[in-house]
Amino acid sequence: MQHFKEEIKINRRVLSVLVENQSGVLSKIAGLFSRRGYNIDSLSVGETENPKISRMTITIADDDYIIEQITKQLYKLIPVIKVIELKPDNAVYRELVLVKIKTTLETRASLIETTNIFRGKIIDVSKDTMTVELTGDSNKISAYIEMITPYGIVEFVRSGFAGLQRGNIKITD
Amino acid sequence: MKTSDIIIKCLEKENVKFIFGYPGGAVLPLYESLRHSNIDHILVRHEQSAAHCASGYARASKEVGVCLATSGPGATNLITGIATAYMDSIPLVVITGQVNSNLIGKDVFQEADIVGSTEPFTKHNYLVKKAEDIPKIIKEAFYIAKTGRPGPVLIDIPVDIQRQKMKFNYPSNINILGYKPTYKGHLGQIKRALNKLKGSKRPLICVGGGIICANAVDEFREFVNKGQIPVIHTLMGIGALNEDSTYHLGMIGIHGNKGSKNIVSQADLIMIIGARIADRAHNLIQSLNNDIDIIHIDIDPAEVGKNIKSHVPIVGDAKTILQEFNKKITNLDTKDWINQLQIIKSTEKENNILDEKYVNPKVALNYLSDKAHNDCIVTADVGQNQIWTIKNFKFMGKRSIFTSGGLGTMGYSLPASIGAQFASTNKVICVTGDGGLQMSLGELGTIGQNDLPILIILFNNNRLGMVRELQYNAYGKGNYYGVDLKNPDFILLSKAYGIDGIRVNNNKEFEKVVENALKSDKPYLIECMVNPDFATL
Repeated sequence: MQHFKEEIKINRRVLSVLVENQSGVLSKIAGLFSRRGYNIDSLSVGETENPKISRMTITIADDDYIIEQITKQLYKLIPVIKVIELKPDNAVYRELVLVKIKTTLETRASLIETTNIFRGKIIDVSKDTMTVELTGDSNKISAYIEMITPYGIVEFVRSGFAGLQRGNIKITD
Repeated sequence: MKTSDIIIKCLEKENVKFIFGYPGGAVLPLYESLRHSNIDHILVRHEQSAAHCASGYARASKEVGVCLATSGPGATNLITGIATAYMDSIPLVVITGQVNSNLIGKDVFQEADIVGSTEPFTKHNYLVKKAEDIPKIIKEAFYIAKTGRPGPVLIDIPVDIQRQKMKFNYPSNINILGYKPTYKGHLGQIKRALNKLKGSKRPLICVGGGIICANAVDEFREFVNKGQIPVIHTLMGIGALNEDSTYHLGMIGIHGNKGSKNIVSQADLIMIIGARIADRAHNLIQSLNNDIDIIHIDIDPAEVGKNIKSHVPIVGDAKTILQEFNKKITNLDTKDWINQLQIIKSTEKENNILDEKYVNPKVALNYLSDKAHNDCIVTADVGQNQIWTIKNFKFMGKRSIFTSGGLGTMGYSLPASIGAQFASTNKVICVTGDGGLQMSLGELGTIGQNDLPILIILFNNNRLGMVRELQYNAYGKGNYYGVDLKNPDFILLSKAYGIDGIRVNNNKEFEKVVENALKSDKPYLIECMVNPDFATL
């Protein structure tokens, strides 16, 4: 799983973006990234405590100049209300991964044990697979994936990052 | 009230006088409502021209230009015009009809996703889903188009929504959560910029189209004269300063003055106002000193620091920022610096050789400039005719030039001249080439039908002259391909459209006809035969 090892090394930057909750906004944001040549590593979006507003968490691997440009270009979009960068020191990030793993009678017990160590949740079991739900930051998820790779991963899905600033600070402050 | 009537009422509330458009099935209700309104509809011959006309109108009137087209091909034909306006920050409201709401996404007849298509080059766009949203959307669209950095806003309205009925209530206020343009520049930054200016021995201003957009020409001229600061401009910044001003040094960029690189390289401070320094002006960046101070003023924060790193960024409206500067700026000791620059500036040599067989466009444009009124509006197309115009027609006083600077759209000048003439009683002169004219040839019909007193100066060299020159430069002299035109008889064509015209073969013939043509209150075309080898610079 070279992919995960590489991902850990990337200088990941996380943007938290408040947008008006309207149809077409996601396409405007995604279109901005693609036509200006910026690459989105992950993007998660959902309604906020105010149903008129959605929050997007966008992760990208780029330098300060590009982050500044992205922020400024995002602000040019009319439905974009606020853009902040979530810095690792004062933010919490989580990602959800669902992973389907090959199991046999012999491997099932050790796989359950490994999953428990990572506080994963087994949400489906079949004769020769097991599906695990795991939440955490990217290092935890990557470490888990590395541990279960020898069993054989059938497929997996990651939700993309969701993040918030620590403490009582609100994005609009 | 019918929604289509409400749409027109909203436009009337926004003080719309003209709509440049082309009817079709998906805007039938709107046209029926327009028929009963005080707004004049100008029927163009192609939707692309509708957007260019609206652009010319917006530039001349300083209002928002409005154009209208039907769904599908009507809407997609607008695209080049919208993108042109976006690149040059021209405020437009573009209304398109859309197929019935319940048919959207089913690839029905004349359906196109115009909102999706125009996302990259509209300031904002809307697909109307509920009739009740229309007044708010129109109010927002005009507000967004004309405020902050101006630009085009598109509203796509399904035809069934146009037919619905509802109560009319036009909002008096709008509050868009994410859109709060900054007008006032940061006073601390302005103070820093003033201190930098005071400490500078060789300051230079690079001015762009932002000054024209902000309607800040007077404030800019006051600032330049008070501070005694020399000025270089981009293509879009033409007209910001009188060409006979001591401080005027000409244009930067690949078609700019030959000495401009040298001028820039000697400055110790450069103040960029309303210019994004795109690649055509890139030699400005290449020529800068390493230790130069850069002050960048722009209403669009995304332009500051995008192409050029600035030491003192000031975000805001050029007019209000320059008013602040004008309160504090004092004469800078720039006498020696200006003298030095005048020597560099004078290196420009013009090709004024007269040929009996052909018109020399540079001489012709100089002559035209001498005879034209001080407040005339010139539209120039794209190609050699554009560069000849901007370098030889003198933009002084209240003269203005409308050309497609950002996107470089051929076929712009003829429809833009139509829009400008509807907005203004001043003389409109449309300069074009044989290639560009044929891209919007049908608009001769619009000019003829409306009897617009536009003077069209056509430079005909029977080819796409600038592309041929680019091919020469890239592949060697004599190597060109796909640029020869077998042209029609333009005089016969214009007469067929009801426009009088004359072909001139040399500058003497040009001079004989131009004065009367300028005085004419009828449309008139002067076709100037140009040597195919005549260079751009």
